[in-house]
Order: sequence, then C-alpha cells, then structure tokens
Amino acid sequence: MSLELIFFLVLALASVVTAFGMLLSRNAIYSALYLVMNFITVAIFYLMLGAPFIAMAQITVYAGAIMVLFLFVIMLLGAERLPDTQVLPYQKWLARVLAFILVVETGYMLLVRGKPQGEIIPPEASANMVDSLREMGMTLFNEYLLPFEVTSVLLLVAMVGAIVLIRKDKKVG
Amino acid sequence: MLSDWTLWLEWFIKALVVIFALLTGFAYLTWYERRALARIQVRIGPNRAGPQGLLQPIADAVKLIFKEELVPAKADKIMFFWAPVVTMVPSIIIAAVIPWGESFTAFGREIRLYVADINVGVLYLMSIASIAVYGIVLAGWSSNNKYAMLGGLRSSAQMISYELALGLSFVTAIILANSMRLLDIVEAQKGLWFAVIQPVGAVIFWVATLAEVNRAPFDMPEAEQELTAGYHSEYSGMKFALFFMAEYQKMIVICAIAATLYFGGFREFGFLANTFFSVDYTWTLGSWQITNWFLGPIYLFLKVVVLLFGMIWVRATWPRIRYDRLMAFGWKVLLPLSLAIAFITAAGILLSDLYNNQLFFWAIPVVSIIVGLFTVAMIYRELRRKANERA
Repeated sequence: MSLELIFFLVLALASVVTAFGMLLSRNAIYSALYLVMNFITVAIFYLMLGAPFIAMAQITVYAGAIMVLFLFVIMLLGAERLPDTQVLPYQKWLARVLAFILVVETGYMLLVRGKPQGEIIPPEASANMVDSLREMGMTLFNEYLLPFEVTSVLLLVAMVGAIVLIRKDKKVG
Repeated sequence: MLSDWTLWLEWFIKALVVIFALLTGFAYLTWYERRALARIQVRIGPNRAGPQGLLQPIADAVKLIFKEELVPAKADKIMFFWAPVVTMVPSIIIAAVIPWGESFTAFGREIRLYVADINVGVLYLMSIASIAVYGIVLAGWSSNNKYAMLGGLRSSAQMISYELALGLSFVTAIILANSMRLLDIVEAQKGLWFAVIQPVGAVIFWVATLAEVNRAPFDMPEAEQELTAGYHSEYSGMKFALFFMAEYQKMIVICAIAATLYFGGFREFGFLANTFFSVDYTWTLGSWQITNWFLGPIYLFLKVVVLLFGMIWVRATWPRIRYDRLMAFGWKVLLPLSLAIAFITAAGILLSDLYNNQLFFWAIPVVSIIVGLFTVAMIYRELRRKANERA
C-alpha cells in the first residue's frame, strides 16, 4: 500500500466520521464544529488532487466565513440544545428511504458506469502551480465571464436585500 | 520524493526553528511591550529580574505554570480544554509560508530559508487567518459566562468584518506583484517597496490587522471595563498563558506578513542593492564564495521589531474605539476604501501596460493618497456634524 493511499484512507475515515458526527450530535455548536472539520478534510482532498486554489478557497469561504456566521447566530440565539423529541416524526423514515435510494444510485453509477469517461489528466500535469492559477483566472474572466458576472450580481442583490430588511424607516418631518 | 529522509529532516528542522523563533519572540515581545509602554507613560516597567528585566518572561512563565487551573462547574469541559489549543495552532502554522531569506548550501544540498513555498501563499495566509477566530469564539461559549460569551461574539463579528478589508489589501499586493507566491512578492519589491507604490493599501492593511489580532484600539473582545477580560475571563494558569501566547505570536506573525507584503520582506532597501549589505551580494574569502544569505533573517527581524513598536505605540496612545463605531468604520469606511484602492492599483497597472507609459503607474500612489485624504476629510466632517447635532 502506498503512502498516499494510507493517507487517503485515514482522511476518508475522518471525513465520514465528522459527517456522521454533524448529523448525530444533539448540540448545535458541536454539529457546526463537526461540519467545519468536514470542510477542512474536503479541502485536504482538493490539495491531494493538486488543486491548492480550490482547497484554500474552501477553507476561507466555508470554514472561515460561513461557519463562523453559523456559530455566531447559534450563540446569539442561544439555540445550542436541540429538543430530544422529533418535531416531524415522518421525517426520519423519509430520510431513510431517500438515503437508501442515494446509496443504490451511487452504487449503480460506480459499478455500471464506473469506467473513466474521457482522458483523466494526472494531478502533476494539471497542477503546474503558478501557471494553473493564471490559467484559471484567464478562463474564468474570458470564457465564463457572463456566468461569473451574473453570480456576482445575484450575490449583490442578496446583500442589498439584507440591508433593506434591517433598515429602519426614517421618521417623516 | 517522500522516501527522501533528508528532505523530511530538513523540513522538521526548519519547522522547529520557526516554532522556537515564535516562542522566544513571544516571551521577549511581552518584555519589549511592557518596557516600551512604560517608557511612553513615563514609568520604569519590569527591571528587577535580570539585567534590564530581561529574565522577566521566564519568571512569568514559571508563575503561570505553577498556577492552579480552574474549570467552571457549568463549563463545556471538552471545548473549554480545546479552545486555547485551537487559538494557538493557527497562530503558529500561519508562519509556515513566510520566507525569511533565500538559500544557502550546506552538507552538499541547497537549503532554502522558508518552510513551505506554495503558489497560493497569500490565500493560505487568508484561510488560516479566517479560521483563527474559532478558538476565541469557542472559549467565550464554553466558559458559560456572559462576559466571556459577549467577548467571543464581539470578536467573531469584528474579525469577519475586518477580514474583508484585509483580504482586499492582500489583493492589492497580489496585483502589484503579479503573483500569489510570497517569494515572488518579495522579489517584486527588489527596487521599490509596495508601501511606496501603494501607501494607502499599507495603511489599510495595518488597521485591519490591528482589528484581526484584537489589539488596541480594537480590543473590544477583552475590554476590561465592560467585560472584565472578555473571552478569557474564566481561564487561568497555563490555559490563559496559551491565549496570551497566541495573541502575541499573532502580532509577530502579522508584522512579518506586513513586512513581506508591503515592506520588502527579507530584502534590503532598494538603494543598498549591489553593495555589501545586499542579500544577493557574494564575496570571496580565500577559496570560499559566500553569499549574504544570513542578512535575510536579520532584515526581516529588524522590520518586524519596527512594526511591532508601531503596534505598541498605538496601544499606548489611543483610547479604545466604541463598538458601533468600530463596526461602522469597518463596513462603511475601510471596505469601500480598500475596494477603491484595489481598483486604482489594477487600473494603473493595466493602463501603464496598455500605453507603455510609466506616468499611469506613478498615478497609482498619487490618486490613492488623494482618495485616502478625501476619506479622512469625510470622516472628520461626519464626526463634526454628529458632535454639532448632540450640542
């Protein structure tokens, strides 16, 4: 077994365990922290695949910004303890059925269509460091300029909406 | 590559060097700060333990190790234990990408003076800085104390707000250097520091880092008049020492980052190039060819000391800023200003490339300073107006 495979297996285990921890924990703070750890393991997966930019963006955006806001809101509302009783009783069974379907689907895809589609570029070649970053920027701003701009406008709309919602009405006169 | 044990050994030694440098740096930074503060406030400061009080950090360490550690009865024990660790780790590992020199040859191999040379170095700094907030938030939450909790909440809000301005001033440096590798950024400042080309960017970086490391005048998370000691109210003994350590190590690291991004990193002043004091200078001693590689760490150290003095000076002379003003300053002043600065820098470089005219390049500092002064004037006017309204 190569060193890389051992590393991958340990990381995969950590990722699965933290995902389960997030689901099963009855304390919202612990759930959020398990999710943070999960994001970090995913970022390390990206690093192993030779995509350092995406790995760092993953940590900065998800673990660093979004989850901090989650924690902030959980603490601010004092909503750490979840109730021990289920609010929606049918939800559990529905989730089990859906999860089963997902597993069957994944298995089908792996076994039946598991052969690689098209050429897979090995990480060493695609991750030629400095150039790959430059190339990504070029692609993003030339080929995908419109989707990129549309996404940013969408985010801007959400931001303006948030500001409008919290804005107090000015007193007349 | 992974089986090359000498490479592992090299990495291990370099990592140890960085960690030890940070630990001793922390110990002597506390002494440096207390002495400098005392000097500014016309006091003497610690001068009893050893000559000039130089053994004071050791005395403090011994005291903190032997202190009793208390855990509040209703604290979340697991998180209470882990919070200091989570605060400590990012403050050390963030130093991994900072270059402190070029390279030298020893034992027949080239040894480079940095732990990790990654092409997304600046992003790495950004991501580690963004997860540094967890320790403080968790410390505040797990203490089960309302003061600690408020301190944790304040720090998370503050760090998220100022991260944006910090990130945009990183972007300014990236645009100027045309690379995210820290070594390239240092090389790009061979002739001229980025602080000269983009002074406003350097100032924004400075203000944002003060808020990131919770230093005065942005030390709201531990404002003693309102929150006793903020997020570390309930901590004592070595756990408290870890928070203390993390704060000072963050100060050192952030000053090293500031030196790297805006003040030429481990390089000498531009006018010292090609003299004996240059990092690249090679001289001959008999049959030996010696490059001045050892000057790199020295230059970086001197720059860090000067920048640290700036931080201490600010703490000694400025009162704490009110919390709503802190937030308003971050979102309404610093963020738009840093956006404008990034835009001006990018436009200047693009135009000077397009028309092959240096005039556009030199318009960058001029226009940025004008925009910066305009912002200061607007803040001043707004504060005047508010003061008049109240009167």
